Amino acid sequence: MSIEPIGTRPRRTFDPTRMMIYLVLAVAAIYYLLPLYVMIVTSLKGMPEVRLGNIFSPPVEITFEPWAKAWDTACTGLYCEGLKVGFWNSMQILIPSVVISIAIASVNGYALSFWRFRGAEVFFTILIFGSFIPYQVMLYPLVIITRELGIFGSLTGVIFIHTIFGMPILTLLFRNYFASLPQELFKAARVDGAGFWGIFFKIMVPMSPPIFVVAIILQVTGIWNDFLFGVIFAGTKNFPMTVQLNNIVNSSQGVKEYNVNMAATILTGAVPLAIYFLSGKYFVRGIAAGAVKG
Amino acid sequence: MKSIEIKDLSLSFGDFKVLEKLNLDIYDGEFLVLLGASGCGKSTLLNCVAGLLDISDGQIFIKGKNVTWKEPKDRDIGMVFQSYALYPQMSVRGNLSFGLKNARIPKPEIEKRVARAAEILQIESLLHRKPAELSGGQRQRVAIGRALVREVDVFLFDEPLSNLDAKLRAELRVEIKRLHQKLNNTMIYVTHDQIEALTLADRIAIMRGGKVQQLDTPQVIYNHPVNKYVAAFIGSPGMNFLTGRLVAGEKPGFNFNGLDVDLSRYAFNDTTPSGESEAWLGIRPEHIHVGPEAVKKAFSHTVEVEVVEPMGSDTLVWSKLADQEFRFRMDGQLSVKVGEELMIGFDPVSASLFDSKTEIRL
Ligand SMILES: Nc1ncnc2c1ncn2[C@@H]1O[C@H](COP(=O)(O)OP(=O)(O)O)[C@@H](O)[C@H]1O
Ligand SMILES: [Mg+2]
Repeated sequence: MSIEPIGTRPRRTFDPTRMMIYLVLAVAAIYYLLPLYVMIVTSLKGMPEVRLGNIFSPPVEITFEPWAKAWDTACTGLYCEGLKVGFWNSMQILIPSVVISIAIASVNGYALSFWRFRGAEVFFTILIFGSFIPYQVMLYPLVIITRELGIFGSLTGVIFIHTIFGMPILTLLFRNYFASLPQELFKAARVDGAGFWGIFFKIMVPMSPPIFVVAIILQVTGIWNDFLFGVIFAGTKNFPMTVQLNNIVNSSQGVKEYNVNMAATILTGAVPLAIYFLSGKYFVRGIAAGAVKG
Repeated sequence: MKSIEIKDLSLSFGDFKVLEKLNLDIYDGEFLVLLGASGCGKSTLLNCVAGLLDISDGQIFIKGKNVTWKEPKDRDIGMVFQSYALYPQMSVRGNLSFGLKNARIPKPEIEKRVARAAEILQIESLLHRKPAELSGGQRQRVAIGRALVREVDVFLFDEPLSNLDAKLRAELRVEIKRLHQKLNNTMIYVTHDQIEALTLADRIAIMRGGKVQQLDTPQVIYNHPVNKYVAAFIGSPGMNFLTGRLVAGEKPGFNFNGLDVDLSRYAFNDTTPSGESEAWLGIRPEHIHVGPEAVKKAFSHTVEVEVVEPMGSDTLVWSKLADQEFRFRMDGQLSVKVGEELMIGFDPVSASLFDSKTEIRL
């Protein structure tokens, strides 16, 4: 005979508290998903169908025409070459900015947490302070600086700006992560004769994929979604996708092509969305591991 | 020959002086244990010797060479850490050979040294594994192996056994002792565990607040502690301290609560004190005799048993000797009951006297 636990088993399925939680979650999910739904169905309708005005009804006749137009031929200001120009501009801004800012910040964070150099505390305080200054305060000085450097209105200019603005938060992120790794590991590597770069590349970086993923997510989404710096520093030829999207959506000529606008918006949002879907797990893990502590 | 010389070493973290004018000489092939309570500066001292901390003042010599400002890798030392500090993404083989690769030692030589270290430490079958796949004891073996392959004359251990359970700790302790006998190199071993210190050390340096209190063989430290702190720190269960008056002169004695201990056979330090002064009389629980034997000792008295703690091989009895806390050890085979009256006695030769103000041995 087996021994049974005494008492009634608590009933889980119809627990009222639980029901309430699910209800609230469901409402919240619908609230956030509804606009997405409207965007998708609208983007798949032809203009005659859009004019009927029933935004919630699914498309009677599915067409990918608006998507093709948004990507290829929509007018973004003077040119009518679609969003693809902005997409490639954004990529050209994004990739170097992400790589350079993460490369510098990870070394900064590593140096700050392991190589206690003279003035490290002051340096760190300035960095922290830097992350609290509103962007707008620095815009005009930065315009002057980039102009003096001869990189205003160029890809280099906007990459430079993104790298600088990523620095405080990324350095903080890396410093806190590295500070959570055991000091003794660093000491052991020093006894083993590894130098500044040897320890960084052979010991620390291999231990840090989660924090690099977090940094990449932060930077990709941040830089991709940027509008302000793109408008100011990139120059007309290099406007990122967000700026061109705005030009499409807010164009004052002709009829408003809602289906094209919707498709263009989804296309612009696709990159950060994909990043979140692919690495959400790492994002949560990395934030929990490094960013909150210390 | 001196293997390591530490001269007037000082180190501060900001305003906080961790080490102050510390001097220590360690001889070739010696096993020196740095023993002290947590936070007294043992690890700091060891890190200074390893070159992992920049010192504020003083000099460090290893094998006659001034290494004060040398990098850790150039000091001919190997180091073992409490947390093992194995490189997690490298295999055991990778961990052992990392330092040798950095030193650009030729591949066949690396192979040879790794094989030899693995054989000595019996980790040959683990060479392909990652540290995460090892038990605590195996990890610490690998960590020792990492020092071993460097083929250096000085090993530094920072509480290497603290993260292991009691049984494994005892096993690895013996292995470290064997290793020392085999290699015959200089070892500095940091611990807060007096058992490790007493069992391993050729000499023990007892540290307190960044200063060395006593540096001597385990026997001398156990039998002739230089002050009350050292006396209380070494030995388990701890020494009994009776407070009373020391009466010096022709026939010296120690008076407490109306009792008198004849000290004519006590070996006073340097000069015999004169007159009367407040003092502590320290006597270890294991130096107290019970029963018929007790009466033969220079001092004997009856006490009432208050608490009995059987510990297997022997039994610890708590009692009061003339109203002062008093513990003693008895043979574990004898039975004692609470409330029982026992005759206890001890020989002042095995006792220690300390000045009540300075706490220095008299
Ligand atoms: N990096 C540091 N900064 C400030 N104080 C420290 C630092 N490292 C150690 N200390 C302090 O120095 C003292 C000695 O530390 P440590 O040598 O680690 O002690 P032990 O190894 O004997 O337990 C402690 O009080 C500790 O708080
Ligand atoms: Mg320590």
